[in-house]
Amino acid sequence: MTELIIPAIISCIVAFLTVYFTTPYLIKFLQKRNLAVKDMNKKDHVMIVRPGGPSIIAGIIASELILYGFLQINEVLAIIITSFIAFVIGYVDDRKVMGGWFKPIALILASTPIIIFGAYDSNLSFPLFGTVQIPALYLGLIIFMIPITGNTINSIDVLNGVASGFMIIASFSLSIALFILQNYEISIASLPLGFISLAFYKYHKIPSKIFPGDSGALALGAMYGAIAIVGHVEIIAAVALLPAIINSFLFLSSMKRIVEHRQIKGKPVEHTEDFKLKATNDKTAPITLVRLILASGPLSEKQVGYAIFKLTIFSGILAIITAFMMRVVI
Amino acid sequence: MKISLFGFLFVMWVLIIAGGGILVMILGPFSISGYGDFDSLLTSIFKAIIAIILIIVWILILSKLKNWIFKKEIKF
Repeated sequence: MTELIIPAIISCIVAFLTVYFTTPYLIKFLQKRNLAVKDMNKKDHVMIVRPGGPSIIAGIIASELILYGFLQINEVLAIIITSFIAFVIGYVDDRKVMGGWFKPIALILASTPIIIFGAYDSNLSFPLFGTVQIPALYLGLIIFMIPITGNTINSIDVLNGVASGFMIIASFSLSIALFILQNYEISIASLPLGFISLAFYKYHKIPSKIFPGDSGALALGAMYGAIAIVGHVEIIAAVALLPAIINSFLFLSSMKRIVEHRQIKGKPVEHTEDFKLKATNDKTAPITLVRLILASGPLSEKQVGYAIFKLTIFSGILAIITAFMMRVVI
Repeated sequence: MKISLFGFLFVMWVLIIAGGGILVMILGPFSISGYGDFDSLLTSIFKAIIAIILIIVWILILSKLKNWIFKKEIKF
């Protein structure tokens, strides 16, 4: 295990510094090309550039390639290629508005490297009860896992800093869980995700200088999903992601179909006179996590973001408890 | 912040653990024999059907719980 310390430190430093130093250049580049969208939750007419995906994917590729140099395992290659395909799919959606079904269907393609490299184990492990062998079903799980994690992270990207802040907490929880389960190589491969999110959060936190866009959110989500599969921690990963899963679940159960946010007419949230966020009574609008948080009264964008982070910390703790429970079989 | 959101999160976690237990206990020891080369394929298909049914039940329970836990909040 001690031989993994140096690769871990180098990859984390490279992950952080790549995003930290490339993002300002990306912001200037996007500003020059006028690739900006209105920040809907600001009183003044504020335009924010997007997408931040290119700097995020640069961080993923640079850090994971270094790890591959040290570890030479297919799991790391699968993580890199899966994240890159998800980034490309997101970038297409950033540049050209696609239908609601585009991302979930296209992201199935992103899961194929995991299958091609054989970087999975068809045993699904559950806390307390042990494992169940489901070879055919597990292939289906891989195919669905990447679209689910990618779109789940994308759907939580609704306020300044939330997607990147959420990923910091969820990914570090997953790294700790992998460490508890003594899956040291994948634990180290998962650490760059936290550091990439941390570096990006510097520019994404309120007031945002850049939005990750679909390319950034899908790359982060797909990398998270790929780590969950190659690290055999699918259930723990799902637990750490619960606030975002709740958001998607509430959205889908209220809308009864897969639909792009921009296609929805009803607004779940509106602004008060002092530009705080407030839940609407619009029955045609989807129920979302933010809307439920605001059900008790108006809050500022920052307060809603912190409320989501509190929920993520809670689910992160549950994920770590689940990891300890994995080591106990009744 | 409303404690109900933390409660819903906790209930989801418990349902995941319990659902996992059911999956392991039902599907773990299950196997079909007597069909030669098709044994593993048939076993996989059966396991997949049971797992999908369990997921649908899990979603239905969550939907009911959502309405029950958030009945005061969801006036929309």
